[in-house]
Amino acid sequence: MTPRARARLMSILVVVLGLGLAAGFALYGLSGKITYFHSPTELASGALTDKQMTRQIRIGGLVKAGTVVREGDTYTFIVTDNASDLMVTYRGVMPDLFREGQSVIAYGKYDNAEQIFAASQILAKHDENYMPAEVKKILGPQK
Amino acid sequence: MIVEFGHFAFILALVMAAVQTVAGLGNKPELARRAAITLFGLCLVAFSGLTWAYVTSDFSVINVALNSHSLKPMLYKISGVWGNHEGSMILWITILALFGAAMALTPTFTDPQLRQRSIGVQGLLSLGFIAFSLFTSNPFLRTDTPPFDGNSLNPVLQDPGLAFHPTTLYLGYVGFSSVFSIAAAALITGRVDQAWARMVKPFVAVAWLALTAGIALGSAWAYYELGWGGFWFWDPVENASLLPWLAGTALLHSLLVLEARGSLKRWTILLAVIAFTMSLLGTFLVRSGVLSSVHTFATDPTRGAFILALLAFYCGGAFTLYAFRAPALKTLRLFTPVSREASLVANNLLLIAMTATILTGTLYPLVMDALNLGQISVGPPYYNATVVMMALPLLVLCGIGPFLPWKRPGRWTFKNALATTALITAAAMLFILGRPAMQVIGFGCAMWLMTSSVIYLVQSNKSLKSISLFLGHFGMGIAVIGMIGTALWKVEDIRVAKPGEAFTLGRHTVTFEGVKDVEGPNYIAQEATVILDGATLHPQRRWYPVSDSDTTEAAIKLSFLDDLYVVLGENDGDNWVLRTTIHPFVSLLWGGFALIALAGGVMLLYSLRRK
Repeated sequence: MTPRARARLMSILVVVLGLGLAAGFALYGLSGKITYFHSPTELASGALTDKQMTRQIRIGGLVKAGTVVREGDTYTFIVTDNASDLMVTYRGVMPDLFREGQSVIAYGKYDNAEQIFAASQILAKHDENYMPAEVKKILGPQK
Repeated sequence: MIVEFGHFAFILALVMAAVQTVAGLGNKPELARRAAITLFGLCLVAFSGLTWAYVTSDFSVINVALNSHSLKPMLYKISGVWGNHEGSMILWITILALFGAAMALTPTFTDPQLRQRSIGVQGLLSLGFIAFSLFTSNPFLRTDTPPFDGNSLNPVLQDPGLAFHPTTLYLGYVGFSSVFSIAAAALITGRVDQAWARMVKPFVAVAWLALTAGIALGSAWAYYELGWGGFWFWDPVENASLLPWLAGTALLHSLLVLEARGSLKRWTILLAVIAFTMSLLGTFLVRSGVLSSVHTFATDPTRGAFILALLAFYCGGAFTLYAFRAPALKTLRLFTPVSREASLVANNLLLIAMTATILTGTLYPLVMDALNLGQISVGPPYYNATVVMMALPLLVLCGIGPFLPWKRPGRWTFKNALATTALITAAAMLFILGRPAMQVIGFGCAMWLMTSSVIYLVQSNKSLKSISLFLGHFGMGIAVIGMIGTALWKVEDIRVAKPGEAFTLGRHTVTFEGVKDVEGPNYIAQEATVILDGATLHPQRRWYPVSDSDTTEAAIKLSFLDDLYVVLGENDGDNWVLRTTIHPFVSLLWGGFALIALAGGVMLLYSLRRK
């Protein structure tokens, strides 16, 4: 091989290796580590498999007015997509923009037997005029 | 009147950008330079005009009415100028023009033809973005029926952080426009050599320095002020700022090879184009409404389409130009697998692989949603499993590369240095054995990098160049130790505290005294008194009547070893929910990033000082 051909081969190898590395890691990561979003209706219909229930998922909808109950540092409230309701529990300090009647996204695990979503993180939106894309989608055209 | 003056200057700026483009890409070098300087002047006038409207609370300007309020403190009236989409675009454009003017004025630009073409391309960028701003998001528009008072700025943004984080970040983000323009100009002139590397270097240094500082400031702001309880969330928009940073870091290193050896010409040009493409992609993600994130502005499809068109035009254009002109830029300087060049190529490989991985994770949910394949989000687990796995070998490599000579390893003189490093690293790792494996390994990689950087500095000629290398690498090591420390030893306590209740957390004692009402300039608040190791802290819950919204103000006690973070929750009578968190070694994280930014500063210094 001439030095030129060798250098070219080297550079091709390097690029292939780099792309392969990135693609491999990305695929590995995406295969098991993405978080699915589910609406209260999907959860109520029992669409989740046992395996999915062991994983963290995201849910979202509107915080149903008059359902937020706080006992000490533990909150329970109902998230609705106007078709089904979902009971959510959360322990901690609520984000500033968590309000009844407003949209919310929660991150956590769903218990099919108890039909309760235990949130480990509550993501409330940044300002009051804003609704997360996921919530907008499940609420459909009425809002 | 002053506002109209600004508006007029902004319209003139559109014309001036056209002049700059035509003169720069045509054959009028002197006109192009003057146009670039004038354009910056016009943008400053426009920016000042809008700022004036905010300072005087002129609510007949729609943008001011929507985003300001007469009772807002002056600092937030001014920083509120760029706290919204329209105003922040003016800042964006002003910085774009600033870099155009810098190209026209910098004495280090020794190739007049390259200077002229670069100014021309920069003019083309300005033209597109000024048009975008004027036609889709003009902040100077008036209303016939001015409201009595404004809507105010989102209380979350009423924080000194807003004055510094976006401005610095934009300086970096938009700074890569200059690098893009100089790369495109080099494709036009067909001359990429060591002299080119020296000319583009100060621009890369400024952009990279500002982007590093901007990301760190944003991270610190989220951590200290917004009470998010962490410094990085792999939020899509955070990723959008990390993408140009990683590409820019790769560029910074490939530029070293080009400068010293004249090789990696095409790759360096490509990286310059990629870095700014990532900046534009970030701009698109933030301003188009395709993402739901704390950072995104109000959504408007026409804006998204416009930016996407600009992105396609500029980046598509540059890549096409590259496809046609790059083959002429051949170099053949051979090097062996154990050489400085090879280590820098490996560095680039890892950095670009990380960029690609983060890009995939950021865009994947958008693609899935667009194809109706389900709504998903890609969060920390994905990035921890992928990016971190690539970052660790990079850290180890960082510790080896500086010892390698260019071209081929004559004698293996660096053996002793690496052996010493390995020994010290192994000794340090004994201290944290038994912890989770990933963290032990990460700690080891960071120690390796820090030790080898110190040995490198001692052995080096102590030139500004080696000091810059030392600061950058050592700073990265320190920052990684900080990241691992916070992950490893973070302690959190959530409780309903009675007035007078005391408890211990780690090596600290915390006493909750009680809560009283206090009044701020445009809010009222409930303020707790918490005694922490003898120091008094006041976490607050604020209510802003104008926008009827609440914010939680965490109270933080800083020390070198750990930060204590107290957040006040809601109450049952006199009993309040209190969340206390210990974040150890956060100071190392910020200190590390300060050193990295400083490395960029030193690099700027020596790249400007060169004869």
